[in-house]
Amino acid sequence: MKDVIIGVPVQWYIYLSVVLFCIGVMGVLFRRNAIIMFMCIELMLNAVNLLMVAFSRYHGDSGGQVFVFFIMVVAAAEVAVGLAILMMIYRNIKSTDIDLLNKLKW
Amino acid sequence: MLSQYLFFFLSFVAVFSALMVIFEKNPVHSVLYLVITFFAIAGHFLILNAQFLFIVHIIVYAGAIMVLFLYIIMMLNLNKEVEPHKKNLPKLAAVLSAGGLMMCLVGLLQGADTGMLPSAQNNTVGLIENLGKLLFDKNGYMLPFEISSVLFLSAMVGAVFLTKRKPAVTE
Repeated sequence: MKDVIIGVPVQWYIYLSVVLFCIGVMGVLFRRNAIIMFMCIELMLNAVNLLMVAFSRYHGDSGGQVFVFFIMVVAAAEVAVGLAILMMIYRNIKSTDIDLLNKLKW
Repeated sequence: MLSQYLFFFLSFVAVFSALMVIFEKNPVHSVLYLVITFFAIAGHFLILNAQFLFIVHIIVYAGAIMVLFLYIIMMLNLNKEVEPHKKNLPKLAAVLSAGGLMMCLVGLLQGADTGMLPSAQNNTVGLIENLGKLLFDKNGYMLPFEISSVLFLSAMVGAVFLTKRKPAVTE
């Protein structure tokens, strides 16, 4: 099998993950639409996944990739429950704007 | 050299479409940009020789989670630019705090002990066979795997229960 990754330091992957994670943080703080905030949380999870795969490759250890698999499992469960909660909120206040939810009641 | 070009191309696509997720007004466009980001990250998995995660990432994220998002947006009829925007001060605060976090993380990484990724010639950690052996090993990750199936079941029951309409009280 041809080697494709030669010449890339692991540091580049760390910087890429940091940038993606910070974009996710910025999105959570920046937007008011709860669905977009959810998507930014997914983005942060993916940044961490990418870093774990890079480190797993760097150290030649399969454990990191198994952990990425579990993160994907938990993310899928989290999205299912989170979107169900969002549906309930939308039915009650007819909006997904989080600034309308600042009193924990409606 | 080729892998470096590939890395920069995929990174540019990932970061650009991640930014577009935030700055796009229409939620449907945001979801589509996020799908592009996920495909770029899947490409990174492929050049890191994590073939199992490449397939799972595309199936789970681009195939399942993003379709769920699109479905919810369609059902809530949010495909319009109805979002009232934040004032400029909270936006500036968001950009400043995210930028500050990035500065802190990058600053922490200065002088870290790093090196080149090892060659892929006999690197088989990401192949399905090795991951399956580790995942279904009694001394490996067998128990967390079974527990995560229970987590999925409870998430499914919870989602169905939350979105079920309450029957009208008749008494």
